[in-house]
Amino acid sequence: MTTPAHHFEDLGQQREAAALGMWVFLVTEILFFGGLFAAFAFYRSTHYDAFARAANLLDWRVGAGNTAVLITSSLMMALAVRAARLGRRRDLQLFLAATSLLGALFVAVKFWEYAHKAAEHLVPGFDFAVEGPWAQETRLFLGFYFVMTGVHALHMVIGICVLVTLWEMARRGVFSPERHALVENAGLYWHFVDIVWIFLFPMLYLMGAH
Amino acid sequence: MNRPDDYLNADYSVSSWLLTTDHKRIAILYLLSITLFFFVGGAAAVLFRLELMTPPGDLVGPETYNKLFTMHGVVMVFLFLIPSIPAVLGNFLLPMMIGARDLAFPKLNLLSWYLFILGSAVATTAILMGGLDTGWTFYTPYSTMFAHTNVVTGVLGVFIVGFSSILTGLNFIVTTHKMRAPGLTWFRLPLFVWALYATSLIQVLATPVLGITLLLLVAERGLGIGIFDPAIGGDPLLFQHLFWFYSHPAVYIMILPGMGVVSEIITCFSRKRIFGYPFIAFSSLAIAALGFLVWGHHMFVSGQSAYAGMVFSILSFLVAIPSAIKVFNWTATLYRGSISWQTPMLYALGFIGLFTLGGMTGLVLATLAVDIHVHDTYFVVAHFHYIMVGGMVMAYLGGIHFWWPKMTGKLYSEWWGRVSAAVIFIGFNLTFFPQFVLGYLGMPRRYHAYPDEFQVLNVLSTAGASILGAGYLLPFVYLLLSLKYGRDAGRNPWQATGLEWRTPSPPPTENFARVPEVREEAYAYGAEEAP
Repeated sequence: MTTPAHHFEDLGQQREAAALGMWVFLVTEILFFGGLFAAFAFYRSTHYDAFARAANLLDWRVGAGNTAVLITSSLMMALAVRAARLGRRRDLQLFLAATSLLGALFVAVKFWEYAHKAAEHLVPGFDFAVEGPWAQETRLFLGFYFVMTGVHALHMVIGICVLVTLWEMARRGVFSPERHALVENAGLYWHFVDIVWIFLFPMLYLMGAH
Repeated sequence: MNRPDDYLNADYSVSSWLLTTDHKRIAILYLLSITLFFFVGGAAAVLFRLELMTPPGDLVGPETYNKLFTMHGVVMVFLFLIPSIPAVLGNFLLPMMIGARDLAFPKLNLLSWYLFILGSAVATTAILMGGLDTGWTFYTPYSTMFAHTNVVTGVLGVFIVGFSSILTGLNFIVTTHKMRAPGLTWFRLPLFVWALYATSLIQVLATPVLGITLLLLVAERGLGIGIFDPAIGGDPLLFQHLFWFYSHPAVYIMILPGMGVVSEIITCFSRKRIFGYPFIAFSSLAIAALGFLVWGHHMFVSGQSAYAGMVFSILSFLVAIPSAIKVFNWTATLYRGSISWQTPMLYALGFIGLFTLGGMTGLVLATLAVDIHVHDTYFVVAHFHYIMVGGMVMAYLGGIHFWWPKMTGKLYSEWWGRVSAAVIFIGFNLTFFPQFVLGYLGMPRRYHAYPDEFQVLNVLSTAGASILGAGYLLPFVYLLLSLKYGRDAGRNPWQATGLEWRTPSPPPTENFARVPEVREEAYAYGAEEAP
């Protein structure tokens, strides 16, 4: 497993290509979320008061707890990458498992929040019953909340699937200090998804706090 | 027949094609798929051009007409033009031009073809279910609140195809950075590679914004989450901003690769080193960069602020500079060259003329006051068809003719090639030049019926479209015949420079027996015949 694929000259070239490919992909992801963030920023400026009030419908304590979970999972991911570099298979498996479990916890909390919103009739297009002067803008805000956190959660679920696959590969001893580009790339992806949440959390949850 | 091993006869099984990771075979898969969609999109155009022969709506009703032009636009833009040169010629040539054995990520390349097939299948399903009628621009609130057609299915198809485009761009960027042969510095790259690189940047940076925009549209229409719904404080104009943030750069996805092809052809058939290599290379990047700053010129009359309109107008004018740099450099390359009138050259020269006219009329549209007069008229339709059909399709066909001997190992009939180039050029101008006049006289686009005084020009346009359609069928026929009856092309029928011409035709699966080493700049033409 230490020879490069047929079209590469050597492992170094293959590794550099994989890393650059991942970075370009993350640029794509930034633009993908960027469209959403731009749209949100626009409405936030045009409906500032209504959005600040609607943000209080979200429980910042749950969001903060989930932020802590996600940051810890990123630490586990960083440790997993280090274990892969050093060729410590057992550590690699351990940290990959920890990362994906924390990721799963995050998604579970997210869905608990969604269920809570549904119980409070706060899901636009499904069950929405808010009265009052800013009902429509609240609906707009919550639409963004569900789309943005939903797309983010989808990225989390994809990430967890990748991590589980990597865990299985690590168990079979596929990775070595020379050959672990997949772990590095999964790490980049995981940190990226983490960073998206770091922006989403204050933007959605903390807006109404002041 | 006793041919040495090449990528075509390496294996004949169906699975060896459908599971191939060879960039050349994937290029052929794309060639077959987009040719199909070219004729599907063309068929829709035939129908509405026939409808427009007579002023009243007699052949099709307004609803069918709307579905036809939507289908034409969606199919031609997303399923033909965007993948055309990058996914067919780029896939085939990029690794060979830089002396590599394949793209950096061959499996990803195959995945992007499958995503293309999946997305186009979903879009085709929408058409078969009765089509959609929003126009290819899917403007809200029409697409979200009023259209009673298969908007969600069609939009999802386009969404999926977008990922195929992103992955192709990603693959090309990494390949260009990491896979170049020893000695092949950036300024020794063929200009086609520079053009593909600029295109890939746009694909990677702009397509995701279209993705999220279409997703928001689906969320609004399908799930009732009203992001653009004015009733709850949403802004339909925001959709237009997000849509054109992708779709204006996408116009450059649909022209930059063509410019790259033309650079290759012009210098080869002038037997002269290209004039102003660094200017052509950097103008590609400049067009890609400026292309991101001009989307607002699609919204001059949509209620965008007047100041924004002015800024977008000025920025749009700036795009003319790198475009003109290219045209001047091609012309200077032709000057005192030993020009030969082979088929690819005829297409390339046609490109220069038609692109220039399309570009100049773009300036007319970028002018705020004039745009208010011609906005949403046939003037706009004529303008972008001069760029996208007169430009990109001409360049695509020029490129197909130029590299056909390399792809298939066969020479086509040169006589028929020249005839087709001439027929297409004439047919194209007869179709679309009258539309400039129609638009200037005030005929709006996207209507199935029109006042009597526009009939003469419309009949001319329809007559041109018939010639154009026949012109497109010609290469389809003689290129296919060349596979059976064509003479063997040999390694380098045009005596062109470039690494791709140093391998046999068709090339072996691994492209090069030995990775070539590059010791000189691109386009060392005319060294032997210099005065």
